[in-house]
Amino acid sequence: MNNQKNKTGFIAALEKSPSTDEFIKGLWKDNPVFVQVLGMCPVLAVSNTAENALAMGLATAFVLLMSNILVSSLRNFIPKQVRIASYILIIATFVTITDYAIQAISVELHKALGAFISLIVVNCLILSRAEAFASKNTIGKSILDALGMGVGFTFALLCLGAVRELLGNGSIFNIAIFPDNFQEWIVMILPAGGFFTLAIWLLVFNVFKK
Amino acid sequence: MPKHLQQVEGTSSIHLIMTDETLWQIFINASLVNNFVLAYFLGICPFLGVSGKMDTATKMGGAVTFVMIIASVCAYGIHAVLVAVNAPFLQLISYIVVIASTVQLVEMFVKKMSPALFRALGIFLPLITTNCAILGVALFQTNKGYGFLESFIYALGAGVGFTIALVLIAGLREQLEFAEVPNSVKGTALTLMIAGILSLCFMGFAGLGQ
Repeated sequence: MNNQKNKTGFIAALEKSPSTDEFIKGLWKDNPVFVQVLGMCPVLAVSNTAENALAMGLATAFVLLMSNILVSSLRNFIPKQVRIASYILIIATFVTITDYAIQAISVELHKALGAFISLIVVNCLILSRAEAFASKNTIGKSILDALGMGVGFTFALLCLGAVRELLGNGSIFNIAIFPDNFQEWIVMILPAGGFFTLAIWLLVFNVFKK
Repeated sequence: MPKHLQQVEGTSSIHLIMTDETLWQIFINASLVNNFVLAYFLGICPFLGVSGKMDTATKMGGAVTFVMIIASVCAYGIHAVLVAVNAPFLQLISYIVVIASTVQLVEMFVKKMSPALFRALGIFLPLITTNCAILGVALFQTNKGYGFLESFIYALGAGVGFTIALVLIAGLREQLEFAEVPNSVKGTALTLMIAGILSLCFMGFAGLGQ
């Protein structure tokens, strides 16, 4: 339902402004994870399966979108001195909403993500977009920016989650890929595997950029 | 979900089981066995950002530990009040406000006492607010149902663990300054790989706090 709403908003904004730079930049050039290296904690912590990674990515994208909209529309009313505190309050509100919504949708998923849903509050990506973009730009642009960054973040999480689940469990989205006799690399699901996978993805991006 | 998958999901399943721990066990668990950086991936941003120099890393560790202890003690009080007035949905917002104010206090203190340190820590000092490790401590201790003294010890352990991880990686990175590495590996990718190996080492502590 939410996706539908995002899409119409996106298309409307697309028609208004010929430049879609704000959206595209989050996907590749300024990818929040691979290029800006922001919001690492959830990226590493809940990317042990593709499913968790996708859920986390979408939850973060939702909070990012809503907080960008609100910050952007209130940008002329929030005094400069207390802006960071106000942004955090706005973000915390939407995270609480998301937390309760996920709990209502799937208790199992809520359990798997654990405290990391609440920890979206302290995801540097969201605060940095609020401070660096939404507080200086119009609502339309902020929506595009949030969508681009959100999709880029989800994409990066999926990249990690898919690799880790494939090597650590022989499956993607719980669908077995490798035959039964595949020896699972347990380390990929453990914390160390998160560090290694992200390091290798960053390396791939570094080689690509040159 | 396979069994080994659930085991590493420390945030959800394991926490609910552990109830009767001695204070010493809580300390060892928080600092070594479930190290906040290397096992829970909390506080990765300062971990990557200020781990270049040993000196800065130690002081950053100190500042984070201090904020953690204050936040943890406050979180204990806030939780008691919120339970009394039956408003659990305010938990996240009130925790983050307390953390933000504590960080502001530490920032003013450091600026007054040691301007050099203030410059060295740079943007990462105000960013302690968005250090997931601190909010993580507050949330985890609430989930575990710790009392006042237990919360204090837990926060102390988490802070010590964070400092250990930060100092270890800073030492390694100082040595790596003189090593010849390929250009594409330089920077974050290399740091993450070292972190992965450190995380593997810390897995050796499993079972220590039982």
